[in-house]
Amino acid sequence: MGAVLVAVLGASLVGCSSTGGKRAEDARKAAAAGGRAAVDTPRWTFGMVTHSGDGDTFWDIVQNGAKQAAVKDNIKFLYAHDDEAQQQAQLVDSYIDKKVDGIIVTLAKPDAMKGALARAKKAGIPVITVNSGSAESKEFGALTHIGQDETIAGEAVGEELNKRGRKKALCILHEQGNVGHEQRCEGAKKTFEGKMQNLYVTGTNMPDVQSSIEARLQTDKSVDAVVTLGAPFADAAVKAKEGAGSKAEIDTFDLNEKVAAGLKSGSLGFAVDQQPYLQGYEAVDLLWLYKYNADVLGGGKPVLTGPQIITKDQAAELEEYAKRGTR
Amino acid sequence: MTATAPAPAPSPGTKSDERLLKTSPLKKLLGRPELGSVVGAVAVFIFFAIVADSFVQATSLSTVLYAASTIGIMAVPVALLMIGGEFDLSAGVMVTTSALISSMFSYQMTANVWVGVLVSLIATLAVGVFNGVMLTRTDPPSFIITLGTFLMLTGMNLGFTKLISGTVSTKSIADMEGFSSAKEVFASTITVGGVDFKITIVWWLALIALATWILLRTRVGNWIFAVGGGEDAARAVGVPVAATKIGLYMGVAFGAWVSGQHLLFSYDVVQSGEGVGNELIYIIAAVIGGCLITGGYGSAVGAAVGALIFGMVSKGIVFAEWNPDWFKFFLGVMLLLATLLNHWVRKRAEATK
Repeated sequence: MGAVLVAVLGASLVGCSSTGGKRAEDARKAAAAGGRAAVDTPRWTFGMVTHSGDGDTFWDIVQNGAKQAAVKDNIKFLYAHDDEAQQQAQLVDSYIDKKVDGIIVTLAKPDAMKGALARAKKAGIPVITVNSGSAESKEFGALTHIGQDETIAGEAVGEELNKRGRKKALCILHEQGNVGHEQRCEGAKKTFEGKMQNLYVTGTNMPDVQSSIEARLQTDKSVDAVVTLGAPFADAAVKAKEGAGSKAEIDTFDLNEKVAAGLKSGSLGFAVDQQPYLQGYEAVDLLWLYKYNADVLGGGKPVLTGPQIITKDQAAELEEYAKRGTR
Repeated sequence: MTATAPAPAPSPGTKSDERLLKTSPLKKLLGRPELGSVVGAVAVFIFFAIVADSFVQATSLSTVLYAASTIGIMAVPVALLMIGGEFDLSAGVMVTTSALISSMFSYQMTANVWVGVLVSLIATLAVGVFNGVMLTRTDPPSFIITLGTFLMLTGMNLGFTKLISGTVSTKSIADMEGFSSAKEVFASTITVGGVDFKITIVWWLALIALATWILLRTRVGNWIFAVGGGEDAARAVGVPVAATKIGLYMGVAFGAWVSGQHLLFSYDVVQSGEGVGNELIYIIAAVIGGCLITGGYGSAVGAAVGALIFGMVSKGIVFAEWNPDWFKFFLGVMLLLATLLNHWVRKRAEATK
């Protein structure tokens, strides 16, 4: 018994990995910025409320950007999220009660957030909207909207699919009731010359996503392109394609480490990135600029962070950034 | 008592019938199902008052009360149903269903908004009746039956909305007749001493009062306890078991209707995918409030306090600026602590009887 234990311990000591793992991550972190403020403005507090569910990669990247800017701008950064519209509005209310100096909010369900934004305005708290809600942002009294126009992004996908000579595509919607997702698929439908169909899946249940796509690919062999609306779902689509023995090309919105690797290896066709890091970073930075210098960017129009079509050519460089959680 | 066994001599000083014993007010209080949750609520309040200084402002408390009321409006009828020994897993999406029906009926028929509201009431109650009838006429437990309803409603919410409106959310009905008066009823704000309180708090308090009166002061209340305590025994003494259970499901449907109308009139557009998972939150609130999963024990006030605890914790974490990643963990810990506390209080109360 003791001998076995010694052997196991010995093996684990000797058996260090010289690549990857925690050590590589720590080295990357040490190489990153030291984390000191670059300005001497007062320590303001900004609160961000998003419609993200629990454990969403995309919003992690947005937060990374926001935190980086917060460190630089001497900001105390608070973050909260809820995927139920009513709860999200209540969270904004909580920040208004806390009398924060600025609020960053997503308008995935704009009508639900209308009242909360009006209350923020009444309390004199500047608001910047990010990611979704470019159409409503100005009307609700926000300074600026930072994000990508989902319809334009969808249209870019449709054009890219045409370029690749695709004839029949599936658009995988993983969030019931997200207006932005609908717009993406609508936009793609508009410019795509082939046939495009929507498929709803339960985004919170990955095996369900995979099996739904697989079933669809099995029943319809003529599908030659699958477009997922979020990076984590691209991987499920690739597995579904393998399971169904389909020839479809998998393309996706958004980027993560796996997608970058997939683009590099050729298992994915292309990705449409909206640069989430930029959305978080710019939101904090623009609020800081407004508080410090009353600057407003965009001239009343949304500040666009996408769409950016990423193919095999750019994948290698972006993979490294995706690894550290900023792309 | 058999004739051969000697009757125990009554100890001096006690009455001959132990059922007529006077219990002291303190013992009565200790025997209340909601006691444990009240203790928990006070503890949670004091805790957040200490760790988050912005928690005790009037505006913050109104936000907390609003959060509690949106859960509590459902937690109260769900608690009654649980006292009656059943579950309703369709309660979360039923709220969304109710809002969708109101909104789409009014819009498509270009009718006065109140027509949609009433149609929605009838339709939502019908879902409640469906749950109740399915349960009383068939064999499977309520857990399975309402799970089926839950899935059907989730699918219908999206399917019908997409079919009728062409998108995943309904069209705005804010410019239609009757909207403003319905908003007054379901989603207005009452200003008391410069602080805005949402009308859902009033609905919530009214439902607590109504449910408590039914439970403690009417024959129906006795039926609910009896049905939850032991169905066969209740049937044997002439309690209308099926009618009681159907009524309880209709109660949950009524709560879903109120919550659904609130959703609709606060935001005037309804997202079809919402409400999934909330049914568990209602059950949790009822359980924190001292309802037994097995039925036959609990109170409406307790469920309301459970909802209050839920509201305080969910918003308190924000006021305290904690990492939201740990929110669910904290909730889980709290649920366990609350149920253990309830159990302990009940055991103590029973031991001293």
